Amino acid sequence: MIAGAAHRAAMMAVTLFGVALVVFVLLRVAPGDPIAMMIGPGASPADIVALRAHYGLDGSLPMQFAVWLGAMLHGDFGTSISLRRDVVALIGERLPATLELAFCALGVALVLGIALAVIGTLGKRRAGEAVVDGATGLLLAIPDFVWALLLVLLFGVAVPLFPMSGRVDPSLGAQFHTPFYLLEALVTGQGAAVRDAAAHLVMPVLALALPLAAIIARVLKGALDEAMVQDYVLLARVKGFSELRIVTREALRNAIGPTLALTGVQFTFLLGGTVIVERIFSFPGLGNMAIEGVINRDLPLIQGIVLTFGFLFILTNLVVDLTVVGLNPKLRHG
Amino acid sequence: MSEPRLLSIEGLSAVSDRDNGAPILRDVSLAVAPGEIHGLVGESGAGKSTIARAILGMTPRTVRITQGAIILGNTELLSLDARQLRRLLGAEVALIPQDPLTALNPSRRIEAQMTDGLRMWKGHSAKSARERALTLLDEVQMREPERVMRCYPHELSGGMRQRVLIAAAFALEPKLVIADEPTTALDVTVQKQILKLIRAMQARHKTGAIFVTHDLGVVAQICDRVTLLYQGKVMEHGLTADLLLKPRHAYTKALVRATPRYDRPVDGLIPVPDAVIAACRAEIAGFDGATHG
Ligand SMILES: Nc1ncnc2c1ncn2[C@@H]1O[C@H](COP(=O)(O)OP(=O)(O)OP(=O)(O)O)[C@@H](O)[C@H]1O
Ligand SMILES: [Mg+2]
Repeated sequence: MIAGAAHRAAMMAVTLFGVALVVFVLLRVAPGDPIAMMIGPGASPADIVALRAHYGLDGSLPMQFAVWLGAMLHGDFGTSISLRRDVVALIGERLPATLELAFCALGVALVLGIALAVIGTLGKRRAGEAVVDGATGLLLAIPDFVWALLLVLLFGVAVPLFPMSGRVDPSLGAQFHTPFYLLEALVTGQGAAVRDAAAHLVMPVLALALPLAAIIARVLKGALDEAMVQDYVLLARVKGFSELRIVTREALRNAIGPTLALTGVQFTFLLGGTVIVERIFSFPGLGNMAIEGVINRDLPLIQGIVLTFGFLFILTNLVVDLTVVGLNPKLRHG
Repeated sequence: MSEPRLLSIEGLSAVSDRDNGAPILRDVSLAVAPGEIHGLVGESGAGKSTIARAILGMTPRTVRITQGAIILGNTELLSLDARQLRRLLGAEVALIPQDPLTALNPSRRIEAQMTDGLRMWKGHSAKSARERALTLLDEVQMREPERVMRCYPHELSGGMRQRVLIAAAFALEPKLVIADEPTTALDVTVQKQILKLIRAMQARHKTGAIFVTHDLGVVAQICDRVTLLYQGKVMEHGLTADLLLKPRHAYTKALVRATPRYDRPVDGLIPVPDAVIAACRAEIAGFDGATHG
């Protein structure tokens, strides 16, 4: 157990190092000079040299990498070139927004996907199954950013139900003490703030959740179909239990493991999807800031954000593995 | 017949929608008295499982019942809708499945699987259902029943799982227990114990039982009465002793001769003679001609 954990931690460190190296190299070989973009016309060569030194862009590439890595190990991700602020502080402000968005989307996708799979299984060989198969096919065929645009047209323009941009309505004047707006409003019980934050989340969350829900529904329904012909299901039928009870209490437990493992993998794609969806909804998250960073060739900021995403991916995989083990009695006791 | 009946099947016929309406059951009738074990015997494909599934209302989609009645107590089962059947069978009929390795849900503890029916149909609390389950595990001579209750199926051996399933089958004091080849998946040494156990549980709880097997040796050990099937048709039925000692039908005679006995070891396999099979086929063809023509 301990050895396994140590092994995993080492693997995580190696992966993160790899990510750091790749990001660093890619950003250096890409064209464009961040310093040239930020200096005014009247800057002297001495100013430029000083700026390069300040942002850690002087010296040879291996040297730069070593300095950057060393600083990172001390929690110093450098200073954003375009925003002129500490990268860690910037990420700290934006990451919570992205996390709220991503986890709400994950929750919605799981609930919707599981519900669709269960309904499809209950309606086996009847209309229910056809409707569910059709719906998942449609959800699956349309990618998240197209959903975002469709939702904007539908609930932003045609029937303006939900706000189209931002995280909260500034005119409500809600004061937040943490960057987790929705969570904070929920915990402190501020009804108006909860409704406002939730309303802002509806469309970006749906855009991210719908395709994932379809994947979950597909995979889970296949697994449920397999489980429903097992002997223990036959025995449960002889015991006189309802089909709903049999699907949810007997089959689902055995079918959900592989689905959750896949959901974990797909969650990393969902995290990637936040970048473009946040952009479309002007949602002040990490992804939106990443795009700003790329436009401004803000190397320290981009590196910091990419590493943060990399860390989230690795963490996701870890959580998935632990969940799968936790759910399967055979592995749990093994 | 004036003796009380627990279950009677009257003129049951079924056809396969998979094989162009080929007959699977041909006018099968049988009666199970309360507290007796009724053997359903025949070679593979004779229709034994089809009868068991018909009683449980779980005929596969490609098998169609064309005629007949199945009467449990005073209720005709084939005319009930799915919901009514579910309620009736849930409390009154139990199944001892063939393969103990797949018949328990791998992700639920034994306790949950033994108590769910009691709580659903008999209004037990979690606590009283648990006590009942422990008593039953005791009755099937399970060692460390407390520990077994906390186990997942994979932590138990095949024989232990079959004991759990037998205990669970008697939990609700059903009127009828259906056992479809409950020992074929177990190894020979365990088979005998399991047969004894089913017999003991059935006697203790005074339950009627249908016991499906292709083995006349097993029938001799456990059944009070037998119905012998060939290709979905009843060839002979009667008390076990009569049928085994004084078989009337040529097919029964051939089967009895082919079955090894402790006092009469058989060298290798004695096949049923071709002439007997031909006679059976002719009998069935005659029956089919009479019903269709
Ligand atoms: N799902 C099905 N659809 C159509 N025909 C079926 C189906 N299942 C079984 N049959 C047919 O019904 C007949 C009787 O099968 P059944 O399973 O009742 O036999 P059995 O006596 O239980 O045999 P075994 O000893 O092999 O279990 C066989 O001829 C078989 O081909
Ligand atoms: Mg069978």
